[in-house]
Amino acid sequence: MSVEIELSIYVFILAGFLGLELVQRVSPLLHTPLMSLTNAVSAISVVGAILITGTGDASLLSKILGTTAVTFATINIVAGFLITDRMLRMFKKEGKK
Amino acid sequence: MAESFWQFAYLIAAVLIIFSIKWLNSPATARRGVQAGQIGMLFAVIGTLLRHEIVSYEWIAGGLVLGSAIGAPLAYLMPMTALPQLTALSHAFGAFAAALVGTAEYYHKAPTGFVMGALVIETLLGYLTATASVMAFGKLQEFVPTRPMTYKGQNFVNLLLLLVAVVLAGWVIEGSAPAWAFPTFSGLSLLFGVLLILPIGGGDMPTVIALLNSYAGMAAAAMGFALNNKLLIIAGALNAASGFILSVIMCKAMNRSFTNVLFGAFGQVQQASTATASAKPVRSASAEDAASILAGSRKVIIVPGYGMAVAQAQHKIRELTDMLVKRGVDVQFAIHPVAGRMPGHMNVLLAEADISYERLKEMEEINSDFGEADVALVVGANDVVNPAARHDTTSPIYGMPILDVDKAHTVMVIKRSMNPGFAGIDNELYYADRTLMLFGDAKQFVSEIVKELPKAA
Repeated sequence: MSVEIELSIYVFILAGFLGLELVQRVSPLLHTPLMSLTNAVSAISVVGAILITGTGDASLLSKILGTTAVTFATINIVAGFLITDRMLRMFKKEGKK
Repeated sequence: MAESFWQFAYLIAAVLIIFSIKWLNSPATARRGVQAGQIGMLFAVIGTLLRHEIVSYEWIAGGLVLGSAIGAPLAYLMPMTALPQLTALSHAFGAFAAALVGTAEYYHKAPTGFVMGALVIETLLGYLTATASVMAFGKLQEFVPTRPMTYKGQNFVNLLLLLVAVVLAGWVIEGSAPAWAFPTFSGLSLLFGVLLILPIGGGDMPTVIALLNSYAGMAAAAMGFALNNKLLIIAGALNAASGFILSVIMCKAMNRSFTNVLFGAFGQVQQASTATASAKPVRSASAEDAASILAGSRKVIIVPGYGMAVAQAQHKIRELTDMLVKRGVDVQFAIHPVAGRMPGHMNVLLAEADISYERLKEMEEINSDFGEADVALVVGANDVVNPAARHDTTSPIYGMPILDVDKAHTVMVIKRSMNPGFAGIDNELYYADRTLMLFGDAKQFVSEIVKELPKAA
C-alpha cells in the first residue's frame, strides 16, 4: 500500500469520527437544516468535475460529462446553501424579529 | 507560491467546512455555519480553478453559470412545505454529478487496482443515490404512489442485481473486462436505486432521505480516494457520518433495526395488519366545544404530524398559540423524531409560522409532561401517538417510542375522517374515553377554533 493511500485512509477515518462527534451535538431542532447543509457540502465533488473538464488532455466525452457534472454539482451547492439559510432565518426566539 | 495556492485553499476550505457543521449545533450560531460553508466551498472552487492542470475555462464557466442559474430559483421559489422534495432533488443532482465524474475518469484514464476500486464505489453510490433520490422526490411529490410497492422475491431480485453489479465491478477493477462491462455496471446501479425505493412508503421517508444523504457523502469521499484529494475525503466523510447518524436516530425512533435499513428491505411491515376499522363508537366534538375546553385549560401540548404539513395548518396554529398564550395558557409542541417526511420537518414548518423554537420540545423532554397537560391537541399525527405501540405485540408498530398523549386529561384529535393513517393501522387512541375527535381539514378546523375562542369564557 502506497503512503498516499495509507494517508487517505487515515484522513477518512479521522474525518468520519469527527463527523460523528459534531453531528451528535446538533439539536434535533436543526436536523433539517443540518441535512440540507451537508447536502450542499457533499457537492464538493464539483472539484473533481472541474478537474476532469479543464485538464489539457480532456476528450470531448470528458468535457461533456464533466460540464454536466459541474452544472449538477453547482445546482446542488447553490440550492443547498440558499435553502439552508432560508430555513435558518425562520428560527426565532419569542419576541425577536 | 501560485503553484501551491490551491493546497492552502483546500486546507482553508476543509477547516471552514468542519466549522460550518460545528456551528450548526445551536440556532444562535447556525447561520454563521452556513456562511462558513459557503466561503469554504468558494475556496475549494477557486483553488481548483487556479490549479495548473486546468487549461480551459469555457466549459467550466458554462457549467458554473448554468448551475447557479438553476439552483438559486430552485431554493427561493420552492414553497417551504416542499422542503423534503427539494432536498431529495438536490441529493439527486449532487450524486449524479459524482457518478458522472467517476464515469468520465474511467474513460479518461482507464485505471485499474485501487483507483478503479474507488471509482467503482463512487460510481455505484452516485448512480444509485441519484435514481433513488429521484424516486424519493417522485413519492414525496406524489408523482409516484406513496404506498410501498412490493412483490414476491423482491429482496432476492435486488440482492441478485447488486451481486451482478459487484461482480462486473470486480472485473473492471481487475482490468481485463470487455467494453460493455462498465456501462452495464452503471446501468445496474441506476436500476438498483429505483428498486431500492419502490418498497418504501411515505412514512419511512425520513430514514431514507438521511440514508441517501449518507450515500452521497460516501460517493464524494470515494472520489477523494480516486483523485487522491484530501478535501473531498474530509467533506465526504463528514457528510457520510452526518447522514448515518440521522438515519440511526430515525431508525431508533421507529424501532427498526439498522440492518433492516441498510439493506433497504423496509416498508413491508405496513402490510402486516390491514385496518380493522370497526364500528366502535367515537366521541366527536365541534370547534365551539374544542374552543371552550382550550379556554379553560392551563397547559396545552400540541402534537403536529404530516397532516399539518399537508393542510398547511401551521400559520393557523400559530394564531391559536398566540391567543392561548395571551390568555395565560402554557402552550408547548411535542415533536416526534419521525413526524413528517424528513428529519426535523415539523420544526422547520413551525419556525416558518414564527413559532418560537423554545416552545418546540423533543419526545424525551416532553413525554413526562403529558400527565399534567389539560389538553393534548393532535394535528395530523397518527402512528406516533398510537398507544398500541406500547402494549400490542401484534401491532406492526409495536415497540416504537411514541408520544404519551393518552396521559393528558383530554385528547383532541383533528383528523379528516376515520380512515387509518399512512401505515394502515387502526389507532385505539381514537376510541379512548378521554379522546374527542375533531373531524375536518386541519387548517379549517383550527381557524374555526380561533374564531370561537374569544367567545369562550
